[in-house]
Amino acid sequence: MVLRTRSSRRHLLAGALLAGFALPGFAWAAPRTDLVLGMPVEPPGLDPTSAAPTVIGQVVWQNVFEGLTRVDRDGQVQPQLAKSWTVSPDGLTYTFALQTGVRFHNGEPFDATTAKFALDAIRAPGSVNPQKALYAVIADVKAPDPATLVLTLSKPSGNLLFWLGLPAAVMVDATSRDTLKSNPVGTGPFRFAAWRKGDRVELTRSPDHWNTARKVHLDKVTFRFIGDPQAAVAALRAGDLDAYPLLPAPELYGAFQKDKAFTAVPGLTEMKVVAGMNNAAKPFSDKRVRQALMMAVDRKLLIEGAYSGYGVPIGSHYTPNDPGYKDLTGLYPYDPAKAKALLAEAGYAKGLTFTFKSPQMAYASRTAEILQAMFSEIGVTMTIVPTEFPAKWVQEVMRDRSFDMTVIAHAEPMDIAIYANDPYYFGYKNPAFADVVTKAAQATDEATRLARYGDAQTILAEDVPALFLFVLPKLSVWKAKLTGFWQNEPVPSNDLTEVRWTE
Amino acid sequence: MTARAVKLRRGWRPGSVPLLVGGILTALLVGIALTSLVWTPADPARMRILQKLKAPLVSGLLGTDQLGRDVASMLMRGAFNSLTTAFAAVGLGAVLGTLAGVAAAANHTLDAVLMRICDALFALPPILSAIMLGALLGPGALTAIVAIGVFMIPVFARVSRGAAMQIWARDYIMAARMAGKGTARITLEHVLPNISAQVIVQVTIQLAMAILTEAGLSFLGLGLPPPAPTWGRMLAEAQTYLLQAPHLALAPGLAIAAAVLGLNLLGDGLAARLDPRRRQAT
Repeated sequence: MVLRTRSSRRHLLAGALLAGFALPGFAWAAPRTDLVLGMPVEPPGLDPTSAAPTVIGQVVWQNVFEGLTRVDRDGQVQPQLAKSWTVSPDGLTYTFALQTGVRFHNGEPFDATTAKFALDAIRAPGSVNPQKALYAVIADVKAPDPATLVLTLSKPSGNLLFWLGLPAAVMVDATSRDTLKSNPVGTGPFRFAAWRKGDRVELTRSPDHWNTARKVHLDKVTFRFIGDPQAAVAALRAGDLDAYPLLPAPELYGAFQKDKAFTAVPGLTEMKVVAGMNNAAKPFSDKRVRQALMMAVDRKLLIEGAYSGYGVPIGSHYTPNDPGYKDLTGLYPYDPAKAKALLAEAGYAKGLTFTFKSPQMAYASRTAEILQAMFSEIGVTMTIVPTEFPAKWVQEVMRDRSFDMTVIAHAEPMDIAIYANDPYYFGYKNPAFADVVTKAAQATDEATRLARYGDAQTILAEDVPALFLFVLPKLSVWKAKLTGFWQNEPVPSNDLTEVRWTE
Repeated sequence: MTARAVKLRRGWRPGSVPLLVGGILTALLVGIALTSLVWTPADPARMRILQKLKAPLVSGLLGTDQLGRDVASMLMRGAFNSLTTAFAAVGLGAVLGTLAGVAAAANHTLDAVLMRICDALFALPPILSAIMLGALLGPGALTAIVAIGVFMIPVFARVSRGAAMQIWARDYIMAARMAGKGTARITLEHVLPNISAQVIVQVTIQLAMAILTEAGLSFLGLGLPPPAPTWGRMLAEAQTYLLQAPHLALAPGLAIAAAVLGLNLLGDGLAARLDPRRRQAT
């Protein structure tokens, strides 16, 4: 250990372990191949096909599990277990050519029968797949030969290939399916090694991954769950963590941006922070009230207060990550005088009083307090009712729909169609909007599809079924010597297949 | 004890030092709380987001918080909110508890029933039960008051029962009985006035507890809803700013400590002054 210089001890130690003890000189040559990554929330299980929390995908998607397609770091659909596909002109038949020679980590082969099993399991009547609705258009799955899979749809679905690339649609095999929650078995470059509940999940590199074209650099990955942001920051500084891709405390981020030992560049997530209103009940059934409240909000200032200025304002339920994004923040810009006039026109010249069910997450409770202050400027009194998330909030807001206004970050990518769901907690009913999103989903050529999604964004921005506030930033921190992480997050994930140490 | 002995020789009466310090701190607390009703340096709910996280004296006496609100003003109004909740909770506990205590001392059957109920209440952990109540009733001032107050009932019941039992054993009670006074009248005219000292001491001590519990509840988001500032929520919100803006955590933290210390000392001093047994012991 005479070689110890300015470089960190851990670095040397890892190198020494790799090179063995025979030639200490080589300790410098090989970059580290292990990674310790911190996450704020521990997943309740590790099967993304059976439970909704996005943290599940953030551990296993692309690392342990793969799909027919995958969504890449730019939000584009790429082939994965399906190496290519053709779509019939009517948009109803998808024929996939599958990779051959792929095996699951338990040795079971992957072929068209497995793929059919996985897709059928998602659509089965008793399925608990969190995104079941997305795949409901699949009417039939056929496996004519081991390397070919044919999907028949009940109606065209322009986003199907994107949906198939999401964590909820990963390929699983029949023998391991029931134990995936605690022992995930996929076809990915990493296999599950250990899960110490409350502390960490460990993955190790799969020695025989099918995709030899995409070399994985890491041998061992540890996901550590540290809920307290202060503790996570301390662990990063102490070198116990190499990366923390989703820092929940924006106020702690600035220090990392100034620190040369870390890379910290804010990116975008799909998390759209929207203050949903109960459109089915007074006073929010009046469009003018909703528009007035939208004009009472200074989004820039809100972001400054609620998220230390990171985050990007939005004018509709769409993020700048999404293809076909339209910037509609200028439609109802901050204008308290106009907002007051519009409220008076709607019959609320003397003001308005309502309650706001606020989940306990920092971004939500801060947003609530700031909205309260902004609304008071136009004579609106908002009473904040802290509501525990998820159990109580889901029950009261999502299920019972007994609320006036609330705030939540919608995590699913490209989920603008939720405003056409009936029933859904917004209680928003607009046949024109439902028609546009149906047309968008059924369009098979990209240009028409994006144009329809553009229309959908505009309708929402005009109708304001929810106050569209901002997109949560991806405040990621990793050591400066690491590369290959996703800057933005078109899908909530920690795809580690391209991550490596540069020295 | 030596220091105390010295003070005693100089003519200090027992409990003078704690009484004085506790009295000053408590008077300050009440004074600040009442002042906040008519005057605070700034509107405690007013946000100036662009002026956020300013250090003490740079903007206002104690700086500004993460939303640009004036910390000194929030602290003042928070003192009022803390105190009113604590007073209401202790009031609830003291009235119901003392009633139960004297009733138990006066009637044997009631004694068995009431004291078993108190045992059951004692068995429940107060903070956890308060959280449960908060979840059931929904957060708010009333919830906090009920949640804190209910668990003070057995404390007051025990204290007043013990004290009342002693009174009931006195000769003058016998005399009152002989004179034809009923149980209720004796309780009202003889027992209650004679146990008031012990109850008052307990009130001050429980006030300190109530302030602490209230801070705990609002720390967990179960206290007064925003925009009303509370010390507990200020502390909770300051957590992630500990390195950047330590004044945000220090201000409410020290305020809670000072308030609790003051009330405890006051209670201690009063106990030494008012409690006949302790008076004899010194």
